[in-house]
Parts: sequence; structure tokens; C-alpha cells
Amino acid sequence: MSWLIALRAILHREALRFLGQRGRLVAALVRPLVWLFVFAAGFRAALGLSIIPPYQTYITYETYILPGLCGMICLFNGMQSSLSLVYDREMGSMRLLLTAPLPRWWLLLSKLAAGMLVSLLQVALFLGIAALWGLRAPAIGYLAVLPAAGLAGLMLGAMGLMLSSLIRQLENFAGVMNFVIFPMFFLSSALYPIWKMREANPALARLCEVNPFTHAVELIRFALYGQLNLPALGWTVLATALFSAAAVWGYDPARGVQNRRA
Amino acid sequence: MAEGLEISGLSYRYGAKSALDDIELSVPAGRFCALLGPNGAGKSTLFALLTRLFVARNGMIRIAGHDLARQPRAALARIGVVFQQPTLDLDLTVRRNLLYFAALHGLSGRAADLRAAEVLERLNMAERAQEPARNLNGGHRRRMEIARALIHRPAVLLLDEPTVGLDAATRLAITGHVHDLADAGLAVLWATHLTDEVAPGDQLAILHRGRICAQGTARDLTGAGSLQDRFLALTEAAA
Repeated sequence: MSWLIALRAILHREALRFLGQRGRLVAALVRPLVWLFVFAAGFRAALGLSIIPPYQTYITYETYILPGLCGMICLFNGMQSSLSLVYDREMGSMRLLLTAPLPRWWLLLSKLAAGMLVSLLQVALFLGIAALWGLRAPAIGYLAVLPAAGLAGLMLGAMGLMLSSLIRQLENFAGVMNFVIFPMFFLSSALYPIWKMREANPALARLCEVNPFTHAVELIRFALYGQLNLPALGWTVLATALFSAAAVWGYDPARGVQNRRA
Repeated sequence: MAEGLEISGLSYRYGAKSALDDIELSVPAGRFCALLGPNGAGKSTLFALLTRLFVARNGMIRIAGHDLARQPRAALARIGVVFQQPTLDLDLTVRRNLLYFAALHGLSGRAADLRAAEVLERLNMAERAQEPARNLNGGHRRRMEIARALIHRPAVLLLDEPTVGLDAATRLAITGHVHDLADAGLAVLWATHLTDEVAPGDQLAILHRGRICAQGTARDLTGAGSLQDRFLALTEAAA
């Protein structure tokens, strides 16, 4: 019972913080919206897309990158919420969390679930704005995309948590942007199909294929059209499990963070 | 000693560098123990070990009779902690901060509400409950953190340099209040580098370079001179 009370409190706190911080909410939405309305408009003419699953007809570039931008929201939010733990103010609250009389893995999973909840709120708002703009998915897709984006959010949050526990010198978020977020985002199917990348550079296409973010994006893409992409689900679940295990290992008081000074 | 804090044979290293070496310390219930040490003495490392942020390979920590290594959850449930670093969520109200922490200790609903009201009353902060924590001044933020550390009725209260950055009057008030908490039955471990926060009757342990170099009541350790002179003599001699 006390486990669930703690989980509920952690979720509630994160939701309150997110909704209370207007700037964070606006920033979280502006980033994908700029990509959608500005970048996609500019690239629409440059990039010809053939019909690939799950699409059954020719689609606009905006339609293509919509799932990728949902993934981008999860990527930024997952990394931001987890990596903010290493900075002073948040490290304090993480310490407080870790001194609670509950198993550490449960506390970390609760923290991940809270990050996922915020990702889902952002994705829902983003898809709502896109729908108002005319970029609509089938009704079933809006339901199916929630668990898909939730899983993507968990995976990316777990990755951030793992990084925050294992990497000792994260000077600032810009460093993480350059070394983690941008490579993951651009070496994925978020902005262009992998076959396009293969035409240009097969080695890079191979990297895209092994990038877990690609699978998260494809999971979201198919879910948005009411379809299940089983391989993408499998890879995303596997990556979530691996990243979570590494994060729990990293936050084990006898191992990972022990080398970090108090 | 069942309700107090016991540390024996505790050592800790950061790689090759020794941070704590064979620490022996007991704080019984109802006692205020000042852990006095200069910057870098190992106070924060000791607090990280006491709150299980780190785990030591050598030594034993017992909290209210529970071995922290063997029964970590039972032991952590009996600790209240105020870290040197502020740990308040400034965007949430005072009450919401308290309820969040209460929930981490398994308290919810009416029970948590009552406890929050009780500890705020105890710290003379009941009227601030609905304010965002951001509106509080430094002294009140610290008071709130102390209130929060008491919400689950711990047996041992740990405070790591809780008066850093506060003015003299506020420091005096907070120090006095925590002494009252010890008089009411809590075992208190108060880490500081400021000698004026130690009362003559307090239990005192002087930590320097990871070792306890003197221990006893402040009055006995000081003798006829001042605590500051004694502290400087001990830490400079050891240096």
C-alpha cells in the first residue's frame, strides 16, 4: 500500500510541477511545433516520399514527421527530467526521494512513470494542436498512440536516468544535446524514412536501424494509424528493460553513484 | 540505545582517498549531538552513509535499533533528515511539499493532513501552509524542511549544516528549536562548522580529516577555554 501511495505522490508532484510551470509547457510545445510548421513546410518540396507502411497513400511531409515529433517530445522530456537530477536543485529532491523507506528500484520506476506522464500530456497537446491545423489521424490512432508514446517516454526517461547515474561530468544540457539527443534524433526515422538514408549512405542507415529511438518512433507511427509494429515494440521494450536495469544499477548505493562526492 | 543512533567502525573511501576512518559515535534518544568539523572533514559523506545514499563496506550503522545494512527500509523509516542542500520544491505550496514527503513515508489522506498541520504548528508555521515555498525566506524554508523531517515521527533527526546562509537571529532560533526537539526525546545529530551553535551541555564529536579526534560533552572538551580555541587547536594540530 505504501508503495502505491508513494507512486501516486510522485506522479501528482510531477503533474503539478509541469502544469504550474507555464514556461516549461510552452517551451515543450514550441519546439515540435516549429519543426512541424516551419521546417516541414520548407522541406515538403525537397523531400519526395513514396508510399510506405503504415501509410496507404502519398502523404505530405508534415504527416510523415508527426510521429517523429511525438518521439522528439518524449526524447527531450525524458532526457530533461532525468538529467535535471544531476543539477543542484533537483539533486536535492532526488536525495530526498532516495531516502524514502521503499526499494530504490520502485522509487526510480515511479520517477520514470512521472516523466512518462508529462511526456504523454505534451504529446496529447501537440497532437491536438496538429489536428486543429488539419493533420489528423484516425480516431483509433489517438487511443493507440498513448501506450506507444508512454513506452517511448519510459525508454527515453530510463536512458536519461541511466546517463545521470553513470556519467559523472555532465556540465550542462547543451553537452547532452550534442552528444546524445541530436545524434539519436537525426540518426532515426523521425525526419526521413530509412530507405532514403540508405540511398545516401548505407552505413548511416545501419546506424538508424539499430538506434532504439527509431523503433520508438516507428512504434508511435504505426500506433497513430491503429496498427501494431511488433518488431518496433519488441526493440523498444528490450531497450526500456536494459536502460532501466542500468539506471537501477547506477543508483545502487553500493555501486554507481558511490563515487560521486556528497 | 534502541531509540538512538549508533555508529561503529565506519570507514569510507573515494577510490584511494579515505573520507572516513573508523568512526565510533553513539547518540541516545533525547540527546543533541553536534558533529563539529571544518569544511572537507567528512561530515556530508557521513550523512550520505547515514541516509544510505552511499553504502559503506566497513562498519555498522544502527538507527533506532535497526541495522541500516540489513534492514534499510525499517531504519530509513525512523530517520528524519535535513540536507545541507535545499530540497524543497519551490513551485509547490508548503502543505503540498509536506504531503509529498509524507506520502514517501506511506502517509496519505486525513492522516497525512493531520500530521502536516501538527508539524507546521510545532514550527510556528501553520499560517504559511498554503503559500508557495518560493515565497518563504531562507529561515522559514529551513524551518519547513525541519517540519517535513518530523512528519513521519522519526526517532533520529539528522541535520547537515542546516543554518548555512542564515542570519544570526535565525540561526539562533533554529538551533534553539532543534535543542527543544532533543529535549522532547529525539536523538539529534547536527553537523556544523560553527562553534557558536554548540551548547555547553551538548554531546560533541569533533571530526577532522575523516576521523573523530575528540568526543564528550562540549563542557568537558572545552574546559576553562572557549570551544572555538579548542576546535582550532585540535584541527590545526591534526593538520
